[in-house]
Amino acid sequence: MTKLGFLEALNKKLKGLPEKEVADRLSFYIEMIDDRIEEGIPEEEAVAQIGSVNKIAEQIISDIPLKEIAKKRIKPQKRFKAWEIVLIALGSPVWIPLLIAAVIVILALYIVLWSLIASAWAVFASVAACAPAGVVAGIMLACTSSALPGIALVGAGLVCAGLAIFAFWGCKEATVGTAKLTKRIFVGIKKALVKKEEA
Amino acid sequence: MDIQLKRGLLDVCVLTAIKNEDSYGYKIIKDMKPYIDMSESTLYTILKRLESAKMLTVHTSEHGGRLRKYYHITNAGLNRIEEFKNKWREVMSIYQYVMKEEESNDKAWFS
Repeated sequence: MTKLGFLEALNKKLKGLPEKEVADRLSFYIEMIDDRIEEGIPEEEAVAQIGSVNKIAEQIISDIPLKEIAKKRIKPQKRFKAWEIVLIALGSPVWIPLLIAAVIVILALYIVLWSLIASAWAVFASVAACAPAGVVAGIMLACTSSALPGIALVGAGLVCAGLAIFAFWGCKEATVGTAKLTKRIFVGIKKALVKKEEA
Repeated sequence: MDIQLKRGLLDVCVLTAIKNEDSYGYKIIKDMKPYIDMSESTLYTILKRLESAKMLTVHTSEHGGRLRKYYHITNAGLNRIEEFKNKWREVMSIYQYVMKEEESNDKAWFS
């Protein structure tokens, strides 16, 4: 790929992002490629060393805060005509609730996801609490009145301890996984906003 | 590696690359290469972060008929390197302690 081809491809992928940010990034890459060429590296090779356009674009999009992208998207590209303003105002009983609903749905999904994690940790906490309680109560029961049920209770306590250890790793992985998933969803929303502009 | 820790280490790496003289993007990457492989996009993010934290300043100079951005370290940047060196001494002594314990454990295991 030539320098020009690379810049065009990258610019296309970054459509919809704040212009200043894109111009800054592009001039940074131009300098990087030019410095390599100056050193005697052939143009194609210099571009290849920078990396794939898709990967670079993805990193840039995930670097820019969602707020910035949304601000850019909401700002109209051209001035609205009078009839468009009238239409937007007349349509507001429809699109404002829709927008609110969309935000609430995303928020609800987020809450549901983290509630699941919270409940998993609650299960872990209760099982973990049962372990010492079972062992202590079992020993007390065995020493005072009935030996066999007491021993059974100690056994149940130990089973709980084992389950708690398993549950701890499960919960930990689930928490880390959900955090990663949330991040991916955010990147996904950003990408969707950028793509819409491209179309 | 812990993201926060890695970010801090990379910041110090880039500051060190411009410590003795002003440098530019490609040279920073080349100077760091024997120690750490950094992609252009990572470097860009770090330079921006350091610039907004006022640890470096940027100036543009003409070079071979085109413009090139040079990065200059500020006092805050130099302080950041000093801070890192002081903090790291402590980390290194903990590391040595950990390794010594590991070694003696290994010996105990095999004997």
